[in-house]
Amino acid sequence: MRESQLYLNDVNRSFDGFKAINGLSLVIAKGELRAVVGPNGAGKTTMLDIITGKTRPDSGEVVWNKDTDLTKLDEADCARLGIGRKFQKPTVFETLSVRDNLMLSLSGDREVRASLFHRPSRDEADRIDGLLDIIGLTDDGLRLAGDLSHGQKQWLEIGMLLAQEPELLLVDEPAAGMTDAETMRTAELLRSIAGERSVLVIEHDMEFVRALNCKVTVLHRGSVLAEGSLDHVSANPEVIEVYLGR
Amino acid sequence: MTEPLISRRIGIFLALLFVVTVAVPLGNLVIAPGSTGHVPSHIVALLGKYLCYALLAVSLDLVWGFAGILSLGHGAFFALGGYAMGMHLMREIGDRGVYANPLLPDFMVFLGYSELPWFWYGFDMFWFAALMVMFVPGVLAFVFGWFAFRSRVTGVYLSIITQAMTYALLLAFFRNEMGLGGNNGLTDFRDVLGFDLTADSTRSALFVLSGLALGAGILVGRILTTSKLGKVLVAVRDAESRTRFLGYRVEHYKLFVFVVSAMMAGIAGALYVPQVGIINPGEFSPANSIEIVIWVALGGRGTLVGAALGALLVAAGKSYLTAAFPEIWLFVLGAVFILVTIFLPKGVLGLIESRRAQKRDTLVPDAKSAEAKA
Repeated sequence: MRESQLYLNDVNRSFDGFKAINGLSLVIAKGELRAVVGPNGAGKTTMLDIITGKTRPDSGEVVWNKDTDLTKLDEADCARLGIGRKFQKPTVFETLSVRDNLMLSLSGDREVRASLFHRPSRDEADRIDGLLDIIGLTDDGLRLAGDLSHGQKQWLEIGMLLAQEPELLLVDEPAAGMTDAETMRTAELLRSIAGERSVLVIEHDMEFVRALNCKVTVLHRGSVLAEGSLDHVSANPEVIEVYLGR
Repeated sequence: MTEPLISRRIGIFLALLFVVTVAVPLGNLVIAPGSTGHVPSHIVALLGKYLCYALLAVSLDLVWGFAGILSLGHGAFFALGGYAMGMHLMREIGDRGVYANPLLPDFMVFLGYSELPWFWYGFDMFWFAALMVMFVPGVLAFVFGWFAFRSRVTGVYLSIITQAMTYALLLAFFRNEMGLGGNNGLTDFRDVLGFDLTADSTRSALFVLSGLALGAGILVGRILTTSKLGKVLVAVRDAESRTRFLGYRVEHYKLFVFVVSAMMAGIAGALYVPQVGIINPGEFSPANSIEIVIWVALGGRGTLVGAALGALLVAAGKSYLTAAFPEIWLFVLGAVFILVTIFLPKGVLGLIESRRAQKRDTLVPDAKSAEAKA
């Protein structure tokens, strides 16, 4: 077994009595690609909120790299540790250009003073060019992000995530609003990132999950219902019950 | 790729500002009264006041237009800068007051003070007062912003507490026990740095300083907003949580720009007071702060020069209407705000730019068809 990148143990979180996360335990190994599926309200997004410091768990352990307790940190801390997150609804800076969106995302000093005295560099421009190439927006660098199509915004946000060079990428429904061809390209991209970095993908689209070809975790009512290969979990009667049985 | 420091519209505005800053004092001091081109002294003071408003508008645009922080209490920072300057001017009166007390200003003698309150010490020195003009609003903005931004108070809630802040200061400054002149405020100033405040040359000098301060304010705003920091501020405005997940400490960025803006507002207040000759608690009234928002909205948010333009337009309109039709002024102001919000979301500057863009678009095909005919 490889070293753990992220370790959740018996995590609980309730909102007004509703147990959004209920004794959730999950381990993501370094370089692993993992898909998390589950019906609406299974706690997928709350889980990401807890990992990224947006929401504090009521109890349980959330450990980064075997030694850092994430429950004490906020969003900026978690991001600086190397946790990148892509939202379900594409969230980009609409009134900035595509290049500026990427420029702000490039890994580097995030303090006020560094931003104030920051000067654009050749190296930075090259990194942005490289990212634009990966996300297929080479000709759109100077357009405002708000003018992009839904699918292009998805790609831009993936580009912003890559620009951060995180150790763990949390990707919430990346394929929403993409064409089939784009969906397959996204899956390919995520597969190529994994290995070097850890990737956790939340997805509803089973074709996409199949294309990821990785270990799948099924969440239900805030805890893990089943874990294993896609074929393995889809044969699980409980999973079938949850997905089809109502 | 990076925006130039002096864009076309900033360049035009600064050039016009420079012309006005030079021409108005010349028209007042050099051209004799009665000749064409003479600028009467009261107009110099009036225009000087407008320039201070314009600087105040620029300071609000910095936080509202770029970082999306709608402050409804910016008048407080302006008034605090004004009070700091007023305190200096009071102390410079010295023993020439009605009661001829060398240390205590007249109102303190009248209220039976036996000694100068501690916070009046140092204000006899101009450099100290000049420092306080920026320091006092800056510290208030820092303390206020520290708590508000750290607690993630945003949007309308933040606007409400900024309004409450200026209202609380209004009530506090009305009290005689504050030691700042109560509801009469500070007035009867005589001179600044030894120059008679009623002299035309002093008025012109204050006017020039106001013009320079506005130009400097726009440049500082421009340096900040064209830097990467400015882009982070816009990012916060567009998608605050996204900015956090990129690792930026949003509260630090907001605090920084809020403090810079408050200091700029303080400078505007300090230049305003010697030109109007009085500072009283009325400057803290919530309505004043709301008017600043209207200036910025009218001129065009997030443009700096638009904010200044909006302030100049409204101030000029106010001077005219409150004299000609005093009872309708507030209705006009309210109507302007509603109409701008509905029809000109990008303000007057946005209207001008879209007109220009339209013209370009219609001109280009014309030129092509003319070519084709030839």
